[in-house]
This record gives sequence, structure tokens and C-alpha cells, in this order.
Amino acid sequence: MLINHPLLGPRDAQEFTYLGDASLLNRPDGMAGGAAQAFHDYLYLRDNPTGEHRELWYHEQGDRSWLIVTRNVSTHEILKVELASDVALSQGAKP
Amino acid sequence: MKYSAARILWEGLTGHKGWKPVWRDPAPRPHYDIVIIGGGGHGLATAHYLAKVYGQRKIAVLEKGWIGGGNVGRNTTIIRSNYLLDGNEPFYEFSLKLWEGLEQDLNYNAMVSQRGIMNLIHSDAQRDAFRRRGNAMILNGADAELLTTEQVRNEAPFLNFENARFPIKGALMQRRGGTVRHDAVAWGFARSADSHGVDIIQNCEVTGFKIENGRVKGVETSRGFIGAGKVGVAVAGNSSKVMAMAGMRLPIESHVLQAFVSEGLKPIIPGVITFGAGHFYVSQSDKGGLVFGGDIDGYNSYAQRGNSPVVEDVAEGGMALMPIIGRARLLRMWGGIMDMSMDGSPFIDRTHIEGLYFNGGWSYGGFKATPASGHAFAHLLATDTPHDTAKAYRLDRFQSGAMIDEKGAGAQPNLH
Ligand SMILES: Cc1cc2nc3c(=O)[nH]c(=O)nc-3n(C[C@H](O)[C@H](O)[C@H](O)COP(=O)(O)OP(=O)(O)OC[C@H]3O[C@@H](n4cnc5c(N)ncnc54)[C@H](O)[C@@H]3O)c2cc1C
Repeated sequence: MLINHPLLGPRDAQEFTYLGDASLLNRPDGMAGGAAQAFHDYLYLRDNPTGEHRELWYHEQGDRSWLIVTRNVSTHEILKVELASDVALSQGAKP
Repeated sequence: MKYSAARILWEGLTGHKGWKPVWRDPAPRPHYDIVIIGGGGHGLATAHYLAKVYGQRKIAVLEKGWIGGGNVGRNTTIIRSNYLLDGNEPFYEFSLKLWEGLEQDLNYNAMVSQRGIMNLIHSDAQRDAFRRRGNAMILNGADAELLTTEQVRNEAPFLNFENARFPIKGALMQRRGGTVRHDAVAWGFARSADSHGVDIIQNCEVTGFKIENGRVKGVETSRGFIGAGKVGVAVAGNSSKVMAMAGMRLPIESHVLQAFVSEGLKPIIPGVITFGAGHFYVSQSDKGGLVFGGDIDGYNSYAQRGNSPVVEDVAEGGMALMPIIGRARLLRMWGGIMDMSMDGSPFIDRTHIEGLYFNGGWSYGGFKATPASGHAFAHLLATDTPHDTAKAYRLDRFQSGAMIDEKGAGAQPNLH
């Protein structure tokens, strides 16, 4: 698989390590009520869908950036690649 | 129809005209006491034990394709009980004991071959870890032996003992481990279940559950609605997809694992050999093909095929361990989708929905578990209590802190 890195262009997927579902960006609030349950769900449960999947890849053998790759897990086709930091900022994270 | 040597002789003399289809092809009935979703090894074994051991009647197995078309027909056929942790080892040893009596139980030749499995040791630390594992196995009634380099050389002289980086320093041997003909396992369980009255319904995809007031009433399928008192799900790589139809999210990711087989060769490999310093394991099938594989590709997949970097990695592992493999030509390669769980261990449990039971999370090691998984799942379905050897396989173990993490890798499925 080739991952079209937003800054570096197409890179071999072998340069990356894989973390999993991009929902891992949405870390729950540890101080909120029901945090134990929220962290259990965050850490251990997955949607694990067929078809389109947004997932976190880390460019370990490259520029060390985290990417969000949208990939069709039924065909391995890569549909979209974004910098995870851009996505986090657009979701209201503080830089 | 019972199989026997006399029967084969008779059929040979009379033109083989007396063999009949081994299971029926019934149309689904409107209602069953127990419906099993998934006609893989685990689903079929569950039906067999439900009918034969737990005396249940009116059982159906629903399979979306054909039985044996999933992972039970795609794996590398290794059976063993060389686990470390208390939650696992008694279960896998129970499974190995069931394998040892399986062919008599089923009256079917599954070609159970206890040719031994050798996990190679390449460092002192690894020897310590394997000695500990071997002791855990022995404590649970399994067999284990620590072999010296010379003993390994006697077993497999063709290995590369002088590899400068990963010299072979011995092995953990389980002589009762080995291989089983995977297709025959599916067929043998299917034949036995069918002969005990189980309806095996193929080309019947479950597309939804009927759940009323927290209780399951039946399943929607591509062949219409089928009512059920209880529903057991055993769909391996499709676990998340099927349980999502009941509104559940699971501690599971689906990943692809590849396997490879060479052209047929004269017997060279005595048993199963696993490389302790890279991702490579190998055995030789009865037809002579070298059957080998390595690690999962490492990303979510439902594609039933992997990518070339893993092919290269497996080939490199093979060449490092046994350079003679470079002379063999590759015949076929394929992939299967596995239900990788968050601690690498499986689930056999009830769900919060009454009458709905789940069996899954087998990761890359569920073939060896097939008889015990079927037995334990049947026990749970029939008695509503977990089987003694499967008590740890709870769905809520991440909440209670009772994970069964053999590798100590944490909640990262691609590291198990
Ligand atoms: C390449 C490879 C090598 C492996 N090697 C080994 C090994 O050496 N040793 C070992 O112990 N394990 C091994 N495994 C793991 C083992 O094969 C699996 O853990 C095990 O087979 C899973 O259980 P099963 O046989 O019931 O699965 P399957 O045979 O996959 O059965 C599940 C069935 O459910 C059906 N299904 C899915 N969704 C639906 C639906 N909606 N409705 C109806 N039916 C449905 C599927 O069609 C399928 O037939 C390997 C796996 C792979 C892929």
C-alpha cells in the first residue's frame, strides 16, 4: 500500500506503524462523571466496520507525524490522507 | 452410514455406488430451540457437542456461504497446548485431549497427526521464558520438553544452526502437538451433527436479530426469518459485523493473516517448527507441501488477502531459518480474516441480551481450539453456566481487570 503523505507525497506503508481506529483521538475527559466506563469503551471497544475506516498511522521511519488515513478495509484502497494534527485542530483541540 | 475398513472393501468391490451425501441439505424450519450462526469449525463443533453430549434437539447451523469456506479451511492446521497463563492452558489442554479422541468420537478420519511442535530458542532469556512456559504446561497436565541444540539437530538437521545473529540454542518441544487436516474437521463435525438431527443450512446469511424486551427471538436471514429460543454466534472474522446487528461493540479488530504452501516434496520436516527470532513457522502436509506462514499484516482488513511486505518478511524468515526452503517453489498463498481481541485471548460468554451468546476473538490460534470451543460453547448454551475450562473467557474482563494477555502487549491487537 502507498500512503499519500500530505507533506511528503506517496510513501510505502512499510515506513509507518499502525495504531488503529481514529476514534482514539477522542480521549474522554478523565474528570467527568462515568469516566471509568468511558475509558473502558475508549480503550477496548471498536466499531471494526467493513468498508470505509478512518485510522491512525505513525510515520516512524519518516517525519514522525501522525496521519489519519481513510481506507476501504474490504479492498485496501486508500481514499484520503490527513495530518492528525490538522484534524485535531479542526475538532477544537488547543495547539 | 458408519465408516469402517470392511465398508471401504465392500464399496471397492461394488464400484463405489453405495456412498451417499454425508449431510442433508434441509430447508430452514420456522423455529429452532438453538440457532448457531457460522458454519466454521467452531459452529459445527458446537452443534455436534450440543446434540451428542448435551442432548439438545432442534438445532440449526446457519452458514452464509458453504461450510468450511471460512478460516477453518484457510488455516495452517497446527494444534498444540503450549500456553502459559492459567486462563488459557487448561482450556487448550482440554482441546488437545479432545483432538486425541476426535476421530473415534466422529467416526471420521480427520488425520490428527501428533508429529510434535518445536519452538526454537535463540537466546538465554528465551530459554528461561520457555522453561517457565514448559513448567506451566506440565502443571496443567500437558507435556513439554526442553531440548538442547544437539537434540534439535537430531530432529531437524537441515536448520541453520550457525546463523551468526540468531544461533539455535535449543527448543521447547511438545510432542503431543501436531497437525490435523482442517477441511476434514469441518466435514467430520458436520457429518456427526447432521446424523444427530442438526439442520446445516448453507447459503443462509444472517442479516439481523429480532430482539424484544431484551430477549432474542430469532434471526433475519437471506432465506427468511428463523425463530430461535437461543442464538449462538461463532463467525470468527465477522464477529464485529454480526454483533453490531445486535447493537454491540466488541473488544475486537479484524485483521488479515496470510499462509503459503509449496509444491509437494518428499518428507523432510518431521513436525511443526517455529522460528523464535522472526515471524516464520513451517510444517509439511501429508501431500508433501511445505505449509508456512508468519505474522499478521497488522492493519484492519476484511479483504481475505494480504500485501507483499509480509510475503517478503515470511520468505526472509524462512531463508534465515532453513535455507533449503529457497529451492522450493511456492504453489499457493492466501489470507483469512481473524477476530483479533484486545488481549489476544478468546471469548465464550453470554451477552446482556437474553438468549444471545457469543464465541469469538480467536485471533490466529482458533483452529487448535475447535473441539474445546465447541464443547464449552455447547455447555454454555445448554446449561447457562460456563464450562470449567472456559471460565476466564468473559466479555467483561477488560472492565474487571482480568485480561488474559499471553504476550503482555496491552490493548493493541496487531501486537498479539
Ligand atoms: C492463514 C491462517 C492460518 C491459521 N493458522 C492456524 C493454526 O495453525 N492453528 C490454529 O490453531 N489456528 C490457526 N488459524 C486461526 C483459525 O483458523 C481460526 O481461529 C478459526 O478457524 C476460527 O473459527 P471457525 O473455524 O469457526 O471460523 P470460520 O471457518 O471462519 O467460520 C465462521 C463462519 O461464519 C460464517 N459467517 C460469517 N458471517 C455470517 C453471517 N452473517 N451469517 C451466517 N454465517 C456467517 C462465515 O462464512 C464462516 O464460514 C489460522 C488462520 C488463518 C487465516
